[in-house]
Amino acid sequence: MNLTLKIWRQKNANDKGKMVDYQVSDISPDMSFLEMLDVLNNELIEKGDSPVAFDHDCREGICGMCSLYINGEAHGPGRKITTCQLHMRMFKDDDTIYIEPFRAKAFPVIKDLVIDRSAFDRVQYAGGFISVNTSGNTQDANSIPISKHAADEAMDAATCIGCGACVATCKNSSAMLFVGAKVSQYALLPQGKVEATDRVLNMIHQMDAEGFGNCTNTGACEIECPKGISLENIARMNREYLKASLKG
Amino acid sequence: MALDSKIPQGPLADKWTKHKNDINLVNPANKRLIDVIIVGTGLAGGSAAATLAELGYNVKAFCFQDSPRRAHSIAAQGGINAAKNYQGDGDSTYRLFYDTVKGGDYRSREANVYRLAEVSSNIIDQCVAQGVPFARDYGGLLDNRSFGGVLVSRTFYAKGQTGQQLLLGAYSAMNRQIGRGKIKMYNRHEMLDVVIVDGKARGIIARNLVTGEIERHSAHAVVLGTGGYGNVFFLSTNAMGSNVTAAWKAHKRGAYFANPCYTQIHPTCIPVSGDHQSKLTLMSESLRNDGRIWVPKHKKDVEAIRSGNLKPTQLAEEDRDYYLERRYPAFGNLVPRDVASRAAKERCDEGYGVNATGEAVYLDFAAAILRYGKEQAHVKGLNEDDETLINKLGKDVVKAKYGNLFQMYEKIADENPYETPMMIYPAVHYTMGGVWVDYNLQTTIPGLYAIGEANFSDHGANRLGASALMQGLADGYFVLPYTIGDYLSHDIRTGTISTDLPEFEEAEKKVTESIAHFINNKGSKSVDYFHRRLGKIMWDKCGMSRNEKDLKVAIEEISALRKEFYKEVLVPGTADEFNEQLAKAGRVADFLELGELFAKDALLREESAGGHFREEYQTPEGEAMRRKEFQFVSAWEYKGEPKDAVLHEEVLEYNNIEVKERSYK
Amino acid sequence: MSGILSSSIGRKFAMAISAFFLIVFLLQHFVINILSVFNPTVFNQVSHFMGTFWLVQYILQPILILGVIFHFVMGFVLEIKNNKSREIKYVKNYGNANSSWMSRNMIWSGLVILSFMILHFIDFWIPEINTKYIVGDMSGMHNGEFRYYTELVEKFHNPLRVGAYCLAFVFLALHLLHGFNSAFQSIGANNKYTKGINSFSKLYAIGIPLGFIFIALFHHLKQTL
Repeated sequence: MNLTLKIWRQKNANDKGKMVDYQVSDISPDMSFLEMLDVLNNELIEKGDSPVAFDHDCREGICGMCSLYINGEAHGPGRKITTCQLHMRMFKDDDTIYIEPFRAKAFPVIKDLVIDRSAFDRVQYAGGFISVNTSGNTQDANSIPISKHAADEAMDAATCIGCGACVATCKNSSAMLFVGAKVSQYALLPQGKVEATDRVLNMIHQMDAEGFGNCTNTGACEIECPKGISLENIARMNREYLKASLKG
Repeated sequence: MALDSKIPQGPLADKWTKHKNDINLVNPANKRLIDVIIVGTGLAGGSAAATLAELGYNVKAFCFQDSPRRAHSIAAQGGINAAKNYQGDGDSTYRLFYDTVKGGDYRSREANVYRLAEVSSNIIDQCVAQGVPFARDYGGLLDNRSFGGVLVSRTFYAKGQTGQQLLLGAYSAMNRQIGRGKIKMYNRHEMLDVVIVDGKARGIIARNLVTGEIERHSAHAVVLGTGGYGNVFFLSTNAMGSNVTAAWKAHKRGAYFANPCYTQIHPTCIPVSGDHQSKLTLMSESLRNDGRIWVPKHKKDVEAIRSGNLKPTQLAEEDRDYYLERRYPAFGNLVPRDVASRAAKERCDEGYGVNATGEAVYLDFAAAILRYGKEQAHVKGLNEDDETLINKLGKDVVKAKYGNLFQMYEKIADENPYETPMMIYPAVHYTMGGVWVDYNLQTTIPGLYAIGEANFSDHGANRLGASALMQGLADGYFVLPYTIGDYLSHDIRTGTISTDLPEFEEAEKKVTESIAHFINNKGSKSVDYFHRRLGKIMWDKCGMSRNEKDLKVAIEEISALRKEFYKEVLVPGTADEFNEQLAKAGRVADFLELGELFAKDALLREESAGGHFREEYQTPEGEAMRRKEFQFVSAWEYKGEPKDAVLHEEVLEYNNIEVKERSYK
Repeated sequence: MSGILSSSIGRKFAMAISAFFLIVFLLQHFVINILSVFNPTVFNQVSHFMGTFWLVQYILQPILILGVIFHFVMGFVLEIKNNKSREIKYVKNYGNANSSWMSRNMIWSGLVILSFMILHFIDFWIPEINTKYIVGDMSGMHNGEFRYYTELVEKFHNPLRVGAYCLAFVFLALHLLHGFNSAFQSIGANNKYTKGINSFSKLYAIGIPLGFIFIALFHHLKQTL
């Protein structure tokens, strides 16, 4: 199929940037969206133009490196997928496709469609861990039974890939689904309860400092999340935070 | 230089404990004076960084991704082995050791593998303490599943995302240390050379991938946890960025490269769909617990299926060839990866492949759905003869076990695997070969260590499923932190290493020149063009089966391609900006050298062992024929061109396990 | 507890609590108003009670006013802050794909409600305060009978005003459709009762504004037909 692409081009962080039109032809419906961009880039390179920079790595939907706001949606149309799992069969011949970087003050553009998501890392540094020494001299793994239900729920929260689609799609650029998922994973497990108070306070403090917006419960993040992380995690974080605020 | 593997004396089971008691320690006050550089932040690098920082060393960690959490360990699906024997099915440290050595076709180092088995239990304890949400049974205890090549259930898992959860566990441990200021994290940085001062690794040259700046970083020791080199095949299950550059630069600075030809071709991947393909997607080996692999028995059915006139579900049971069950009744669909992959290739080469390209076999869950459905109906006291009900119940069970994998398959292949069998084909997945290390995980360069997939040590010629995660974490959490201390104990009075030393200058100059060459070359072809061509040579001539003639041709072709690459490659843009093509050019340049050494190594190894199958050396039934003369590690020393590399043999001795014909029949 | 209002979740919580308070007030207001349809006498009595009872006048009324002011001021503060957290907007954004119009436009429905409240204050509250506390007439009587019902009916004579009221209540419904169950989420109540809460809040969000519209139309039509 033949497509018109409207892509955000921005030389570097200081450049103003603008949308530029491109044409691609002979795109196979079996291609992934990123493979379609590979085709475009190859043409650009061989013409001597600069290829479109975009983040990608594993190309199987788990590393969380790929992003892109496609036709007004994070990771494009289609649910529970990342951009690398989006296939061209979702589009029609002669479609016009808008491709923009994930936008948020906390995610500045580095180049074209590449953004800096280190704000997420800094939130994690603030408390996204259980303070246990890595010596291996911990108690036996089976010494604390954990109900299957709690383990499964913690796992569901832990599947977050840190791609930032929640922030990109939220009208307020709020990171609460991301932070909520991490807080929830630990809050649900007995191992994490010990430092639950400090963890949630520190992580929220850092989240606010990074310039993410506030959650207004539109629920868009849950819909666009490639891993289907539930809003329940935000509610749980709210609870944890209020509890912690009262305590500490 | 003769190879000294530094294996401690004494009985196998006591070696590690004894070694830990014998080596030197660094006192906590002195650890503060010592810097360690860790390149790569996957399971091995990440866990090592966290542990060394926790011990008190100043750690600088580097990754080319935008966050340590993106390392490709994250993509491991199935699980992690540990000899916990929670299922009481006869597992033990010895049995895990035995399975790993046998699975590796008797080409791994006994002492290392035993240590790996020994610390495996610790890993599970550690990860649970860190909050890794492993799957649990209804009693709240940890659940296990079974993997290929073994007769016990010792694999711990977190849905189909075990690698992700373990990596996030290591990442969380790193976060804690980054928060404490003990790890300085350098994201979007790529190591481009290792700096050797007075024969010791003392730092690295790295490029900031955002600004293009070339940076010098010094330390008292350098650790490479940079993963494998499967991308030399262009198409593999590795991430797009996975590369050999760090390991290869170390090789060029004097680290021997061991067993480069040992590549694991994973049997259950989604087949190639067209020329546009940029990577291959793995379907976890755990699927073979319940899926049955088959092709049609008759050519006429193959053709009917290929032309779309026959659906696989319409084919009668007696017209199907469950070739793994037929050939290997004892292990059936759960034979090790190398065996399963070759068997698939054999069927497809004979013309039984079921997709348009003739390179796919079926992985069928219909039997499992039926079995589980009946089981559930029985448990719930429902009608066991109601087919619709059985089907639904069975699908629910399969969904609970493999839901995310099925979903992934459907997204890519556009077919519903609950209704029609999956199509799979082998793909390059893991490289057992890597930088040669001794028992302490130190390379032949003092102060330079290699851990995880980057080294060659534990898997021999074939890796068993769920062992990669085990090895990465064992190296990073439990082995390196001890052994590196022994080396660093001599550095407590050294003080900070200056980056103004001439060695840093020289290394930086080399890097800058190489970058300038790519930028100024103004050739006519993109980097990918050469990478694809290299991949094709590798897959066709150094892939699942190899022979002398093809390997010799491959060596010539790769060498010629390399020359063409340097002449014709076109890298757009400049050196001082975010420039993915430039980064890629450097990686492909190294693949082009490694590829040749790979072929040279495969040519040398006149036997079939594990992932390395030489057509000239097979039994009358077509099984791999191992040869006693080749019971050694081939460690290559760099001498300028890959063809001039000098071989050093580390002879492997097996005193605690009988070297036998590897049989899964 | 200190500084809870400076944190994102704290503010979210405060918005929810003030919202719950206003939702309860709205229900009470509705119950009294609907009396005007069924029984003007009882309506007058209740109105007089509410207008003169010290607890309502001196404690609840100021709290209510503070609650309203807090809710909209905080609403504006959050909106401005949230807006700033994305400096460059998308060229193409497809909001309907993943969220409701109501949830994305609380600020607009809120603004309409706020303008309505200004009108409402001019209509009822300011005259009331004037009569009671400036003129000093606490009797609630006019021409020998309670004035409340008569005043109410008078206000619904002008069709423009009735139209404005109805429109405002439509926006109130939109605001509540998102706001009510959103408030539950904000205070951390997302559990097995969530489905029930969602249904209830939808019912409330549509039912109460519809009731107010009914009252306005009832009084308008009664005197014009």
